[in-house]
Amino acid sequence: MANAHSSDAASHDHHDQPATGIKRWLFATNHKDIGTMYLIFSLIMFFIGGAMAMVIRAELFQPGLQLVDPVLFNQLTTNHALVMIFGAVMPAFVGLANWMIPMQIGAPDMALPRMNNFSFWILPFAFTLLLSTFLVPGGAAAGGWTLYPPLSLQTGDSFPMLIFAIHMMGVSSIMGAINVIVTIMNMRAPGMNLLKMPLFCWSWLITAYLLIAVMPVLAGAVTMLLTDHFFKTSFFNAAGGGDPVMFEHIFWFFGHPEVYIMILPAFGIISEILPTFSRKPLFGATSMIYAIASIAFLSFIVWGHHMFVDGMPVAAQLFYMMSTMLIAVPTGVKVFNWTATMWRGSLSFEPPMLFAIAFLFLFSIGGFSGLMLAIVPVDFQYNQTYFVVAHFHYVLVPGAVFGIMAGVYYWLPKWTGHMYSMGLAKTHFWLSTISVNVLFFPQHFLGLAGMPRRIPDYAVQFSDWNMVSSIGGFAFGLSQILFAVVVVQSIRGGRKATAQVWEGAHPTGLEWTLPSPAPYHSFSTAPIVE
Amino acid sequence: MLLAAVGLAADAEANTSNGYNLPPGVTGLSHELYALHMEIFWICVAIAVVVFGVMIYALVKFRHSQGAIPDTNLVHSTKVEIVWTIVPVLILVAMAIPAAKVILMMEDTRNSELSIRVTGYQWKWEYQYMDAGEGIDFFSTLARDSNYARQLHSGIDPKSVPNYLLDVDKPLVIPSGTKVRLLLTSQDVIHAWWVPDFGAKRSAIPGFVNELWFRVDPGKEGIYQGQCAALCGRDHGFMPVVVDVRTPEAFKQWADAEKAAAKQAAAPAAGPPPTAQVVN
Repeated sequence: MANAHSSDAASHDHHDQPATGIKRWLFATNHKDIGTMYLIFSLIMFFIGGAMAMVIRAELFQPGLQLVDPVLFNQLTTNHALVMIFGAVMPAFVGLANWMIPMQIGAPDMALPRMNNFSFWILPFAFTLLLSTFLVPGGAAAGGWTLYPPLSLQTGDSFPMLIFAIHMMGVSSIMGAINVIVTIMNMRAPGMNLLKMPLFCWSWLITAYLLIAVMPVLAGAVTMLLTDHFFKTSFFNAAGGGDPVMFEHIFWFFGHPEVYIMILPAFGIISEILPTFSRKPLFGATSMIYAIASIAFLSFIVWGHHMFVDGMPVAAQLFYMMSTMLIAVPTGVKVFNWTATMWRGSLSFEPPMLFAIAFLFLFSIGGFSGLMLAIVPVDFQYNQTYFVVAHFHYVLVPGAVFGIMAGVYYWLPKWTGHMYSMGLAKTHFWLSTISVNVLFFPQHFLGLAGMPRRIPDYAVQFSDWNMVSSIGGFAFGLSQILFAVVVVQSIRGGRKATAQVWEGAHPTGLEWTLPSPAPYHSFSTAPIVE
Repeated sequence: MLLAAVGLAADAEANTSNGYNLPPGVTGLSHELYALHMEIFWICVAIAVVVFGVMIYALVKFRHSQGAIPDTNLVHSTKVEIVWTIVPVLILVAMAIPAAKVILMMEDTRNSELSIRVTGYQWKWEYQYMDAGEGIDFFSTLARDSNYARQLHSGIDPKSVPNYLLDVDKPLVIPSGTKVRLLLTSQDVIHAWWVPDFGAKRSAIPGFVNELWFRVDPGKEGIYQGQCAALCGRDHGFMPVVVDVRTPEAFKQWADAEKAAAKQAAAPAAGPPPTAQVVN
């Protein structure tokens, strides 16, 4: 053991500077290098998933089938979701966690660097496997990302590849989550007790526990699908005494916490950015932590609201309705606290702040439609329509994705040492914000007017809003190229960023005490927190 | 005036949605759902006006560029925080009570006057009548002209096809003013039977029998359309639900004719078992 330690220390000396070439990335143990890889991977997946969405919106541009066969359409919707959830949003948050948690708590690196390397490097393989399912006989999975049996069991040869890819994503997420917990619990600088910890770390700590709790549940569910498919078990096969609704219960026991896994870190980012550009500390910081914790707890007892139309006893309907509505309370507390943070502040509108403000408004719209969906009787009308599509895209795109982009625009100069083009970033913001609403707002109308989701073709009365939505979709997709341009420009050069980056706003937090770009090992000597 | 005329025309046609909102529908249940939907919608709008109003005020009033001085002591207020926790709870309770009443109404399938067993298949519906319609059993699939037009590169303009994707070869026929109960199940994957104007949607799940009920208001006879609402594979978008609501007298005529026809079809087929229904 002692031996291992000393050799470890030796290699640390050796690795003060990054290794060169491919080895730096392949054998990366540095939190910044791994964070960078996560973020780049996530951006690539964002564009791949986005390309699928572009084909979907092109097909839905007008009624009739013009571009893709219904089977390919279903494959695209299914894989768009899987790629965006597991490939774009979740890895982006892990990337941000890798970069920022050690810097925010005053640590030199993540606690488990080799596991960190492993958890990243599983992902390219998982997604190569997932995307290659488009090439095998029978095509990719086409039963929706929710994988409901018996439909998902009709998947062709790609079925075991899909299941294995999901297992790999789960393993990666769990390792990432363990790393976050161990780092936060053990490597905080002296004096930084939990209540002094930045909100981003708090949101990630809670998210990490959610991940550890639910990813094994998903793994169990898909393994049962696998044995139903290949080993003649009947977990979900009614003819063999199984229960297809059981899958939905297990899936959504994973699936509902999963949606909070995709939004809680964004809450954390917004809670960092709003105080900075309001030049005022976060309002009700402690209640923010309690709110995140309550949302996390409630996320485990609301899964039934995805399944009202599948038939449920009245008592269960009432329970899930009320528990779901209850989530509006801590979520409301968060929105009110953010608003109070801006109240009597001194607001300036740099790109991260713009995205944070858009998040505040547009995530709230997703919250309102969520509240409407919680009301069981009307859910019977909304369920499985474009109203649901509009709801969760409002929460995930101007919610989670805008949160990620706000975070990137906030910390990018700290990472690269260069300021980026504010003009280009603001253009990206306005184009994204306008087009995202043109894209998703009309989908509320479509759903209420009766258009089911997951259909490749529709009755002609839905033509107009679909065309508007598609135009918004193309505009949103194209706007994201600007994001990549801003990031690449900032990596290549630009005005030198100071340690504070946002000098005018005096951001607080340990990451701003480090020079920009931050040194390879963040804090070799732990800072003392007052 | 013109609007009223258009509204009336739509009303006479099928009470369908106006293109951006839920249809008020033609059953007691759908009226309840519409009212509840609008009530919750307006509560959300009211909350949004207040919350967004405060945000916009802050964005305009407290700008750095206008020389706003931050009040760095404004970081906590137990009083305010209690208020904005309690008030939402009260609003939610106000929403939950009417909702709970409608749930109880929806689930009360007692005293139905006509039961129909609805079975989902990839990709069509089977309707088997019980009670007064005992013996009637048929499949309902996408109408032929829609089916031609919906093929990839068909070259047929969907707008030229009447009721594109919302038309079937043989609709479900039900009487108005009658409590109709559907017993839903499936032979393969999960489907969902949905007619927005009835406020009626339920999943059809293999191995399960789900129930739903509706009573179409007398005087609202006509054709009502819906679609399968649960992804069920390749042709999920192409298995519409069409219901032909007739007066009880017209329904009885139709049912008698159907039963007679079914009897006739069964009679000569003494040798092989009756497979007519399965072929369809």
